[in-house]
Amino acid sequence: MTKNRKRSLPSSLIWGLAMFGVLVIIAIVAPIFLSGAANSLSPESHADPSAAHWFGTDDLGRDIIARSLVATRLTILMSLGATALSVVVGVLIGGLVWVGPRRLRETVLRIIDSTVAFPALILALVIAAILGPAASSAVIAIGVAGIPSFARITANMVAPIVGRDFMNTSKLLGVPPWQLFTRHLLPNIGGPLLVLIASSFALSLLEISSLSFVGLGVQSPDYDWGRLLNEGLPAIYSQPLQVLAPSVMLIFAGVAAMLTGDGLAQRFDPWGNQPAASRGTKRKVSSTAGNSQALVEVQDLTITATNGAVLVKEVSFDIVPGEIVGLVGESGSGKSMTAMALAQLNPDSVTVDASLMRIGDLNVMSTRNRGRLAREIGLVYQDPGTTFNPALRIGTQVTEVARVHLGFSRLKARNGLVEGLRDMRIVNPELVMQQRPFQLSGGMLQRAIIASSLVTDPRLIIADEPTTALDVTVQAEVLRQFKRINREKGAAILFISHDIGVVQALCDRVLVMKRGEIVERLTGEQLATGKVSHPYTRELLAATPKFDVAVARPSQKSGGAS
Amino acid sequence: MTETLRARQAVPAPVSGVRALLKSPWGAFALRRLGGLVLSLALLILLTFLIVPLIPGDPAIAILGPGATADSIAIMREKLHLDVPLWEQFGIYLQGLGSLDLGTSFRYSTPVLTTIFTKLPYTATIAFGSIAVVLIVAIPLGMAIGVVTRGGRRPVVGTVFGAVAGFLASFPAYVAATLLVLVFAIWLKVLPPGGAGGPATFVLPIAALALGPTFAVARVVRQETFGVLQQDYMRTARGRRISRARLYMRHALPNLMASTLTLTGLILSGLLGGAIIIETVFSLPGLGLEVIQAIIYRDFPVIRGIILTIGVIAIFINLLIDIVLGLIDPRTLGASNHD
Repeated sequence: MTKNRKRSLPSSLIWGLAMFGVLVIIAIVAPIFLSGAANSLSPESHADPSAAHWFGTDDLGRDIIARSLVATRLTILMSLGATALSVVVGVLIGGLVWVGPRRLRETVLRIIDSTVAFPALILALVIAAILGPAASSAVIAIGVAGIPSFARITANMVAPIVGRDFMNTSKLLGVPPWQLFTRHLLPNIGGPLLVLIASSFALSLLEISSLSFVGLGVQSPDYDWGRLLNEGLPAIYSQPLQVLAPSVMLIFAGVAAMLTGDGLAQRFDPWGNQPAASRGTKRKVSSTAGNSQALVEVQDLTITATNGAVLVKEVSFDIVPGEIVGLVGESGSGKSMTAMALAQLNPDSVTVDASLMRIGDLNVMSTRNRGRLAREIGLVYQDPGTTFNPALRIGTQVTEVARVHLGFSRLKARNGLVEGLRDMRIVNPELVMQQRPFQLSGGMLQRAIIASSLVTDPRLIIADEPTTALDVTVQAEVLRQFKRINREKGAAILFISHDIGVVQALCDRVLVMKRGEIVERLTGEQLATGKVSHPYTRELLAATPKFDVAVARPSQKSGGAS
Repeated sequence: MTETLRARQAVPAPVSGVRALLKSPWGAFALRRLGGLVLSLALLILLTFLIVPLIPGDPAIAILGPGATADSIAIMREKLHLDVPLWEQFGIYLQGLGSLDLGTSFRYSTPVLTTIFTKLPYTATIAFGSIAVVLIVAIPLGMAIGVVTRGGRRPVVGTVFGAVAGFLASFPAYVAATLLVLVFAIWLKVLPPGGAGGPATFVLPIAALALGPTFAVARVVRQETFGVLQQDYMRTARGRRISRARLYMRHALPNLMASTLTLTGLILSGLLGGAIIIETVFSLPGLGLEVIQAIIYRDFPVIRGIILTIGVIAIFINLLIDIVLGLIDPRTLGASNHD
């Protein structure tokens, strides 16, 4: 599906191009057949719509539709001229700055940046003021006004190409700068440039028309759509259709431009075609009586993707209070999916199905009690760099559960978390609470997340690859904290990792997952002594370099603030 | 406790040298922004100065027309300081700007500054009024549609919004203005068609200016909403089991605002261009109508003064956006947003 869809053109592009095609045909044909009706004066001033004049006539008795259609040619020719000017000069500047010396490039780019911040109309007004009101000056004005954005975007697109090997090679071979530009740079930026040209053409069409509309562009007796709108305005009471006809043409062109731009953007954007996804949580009636001793029970958990692929198949396991259970397997084995299903945090694009999934007496499949879910489950995620909201302070985020679900005041929640952070060996927790995620290291953030997951004294902590994104000394510290929490607070932990070494050091029991199924269940001891039966587990073990020699005691400084 | 760990490549924490050097992010922002501000202003001044010297042929004859007498041409040349070298002309121009003397209008023989001060309120009202409308309407609208249609849900709503918003976003302001006058002033007769008499006269201009950009921005916001909702930190927030309102308002909105403002800065300052054009439709006596008349009648002191003013407003809007961005997301203080 994906391949075929990517090859074929997006429908909006086809529609947009078709609409432009219609305009081009009108531009060619209308002046040939309709010039008479559009330009010849008749005594029928301001006639109402009739069979002869569908939109009626203007003050001089000329057919309104005919004039709008005939005006298409001039409008499109002017826009083409302006676009050509912007593209040629803009691309030349944007490309050539990379061929020239660095100082010159930086100066030119700085100036371009400053001009991009101004509305294009300012530059257009300056040019119109210099050259005086005329069709040609409108074209030049809008063309020149479009140059900076083309230059800037070309410069941006060329930047990553310039560093590539073939460019250096050509430079060494003594290829002249001019050839470097036309042979090497231009072909590499063709695609995105098309998008820009399409939207720029539409923009110049609307902007030139706006100059004509206010009297700075096309002058009587010539007329484009803008001029027609301008002439229609004084007669808007007596002949409203006279402004309607050119308006319709301008909107038609605007929509064509929008569709073309959207379509081209989709074509060159790999994320443009996302399949629609359905989702939902199906519930089977719980039938089997489970292990009442267990804190967590999961039975027949099946997770299906939108396209029907089974990601997790009939997985069952339980966790007794205070137990640390490891879930190992390579990436894509469904271990994170399983854990997130238990936390009810799966993405929308999958369907979760299970005959039983409970934590204590809380049925996680059917509960609507957000507070219970928040209090029972503590969550620690894989990448501390992305699990924090970049726009909010650390304190706001880590105290949120306490404020929302425990009813703590801002101050009480803050004090509680300051203690929690201190327990996690974070130095100066008051300051950390005031900081934002980008100001802290990964190790600090991960310890902050662990601290915040403990605030409700959850009976279960789900840790989804909590050490994967951390460097090795920080890993050791984080693992030690998990041990401590388990020992001191008695919380059960579901610990997901692809790293069998980490798991065997920490876990009481280990579940090995492969392709969405649990293939082996082991005790930590069995794993440590290599008493495994499934070949996949052996493979995993073999793939893990062992460092049984005591890893240096984690240092206090690990993961300090940067 | 035995720690059996796999050796792993240490991932260094990202450290920005620039940030480490400068103590206050706002201080760095002010410094960097000041540089940009000076450059933009310098360009603006140079550009407006060049209007007269760049006129093809003799500017005095161009202004007065081919039938002008030698005497009047001589007077005009003196008014424009055309008899001194170019750099000296620029010096005189700068001196005038320094003492806030923008010259005297050829047409009215009154100071240009007076003209600007009487015209500015109208343009400022419709420009800033419509920017406010765009932000107030587009962000909640785009976000609501984004939330409702996330992950391909409710495809009908998504398609209808896409089509309607796309259609309305492609309305140029002056066409929207004309059609709004037609519908609300002439057919329905509920609002005045133009002029400047009380708040009601601003309704249609602001609506016309805001219409296209509102839907253009709403489309951007919807797309950004999809992106934000997929982020890990949104899953973290969902994991805290907070209410939907809190999830979207507290966690999604600030991030959405940051990326939206970065993407729509150009749309908003471009709106200023629309304001200048649509004053013609409503006979609104603002800077736009005045500068167009000035260009048609070749009243260069007025042209220079008004283009300077409009440029300064554009710089101001950009600065405002950067400050708001800095308040929402301090990371943006370290980087230029208009690159």
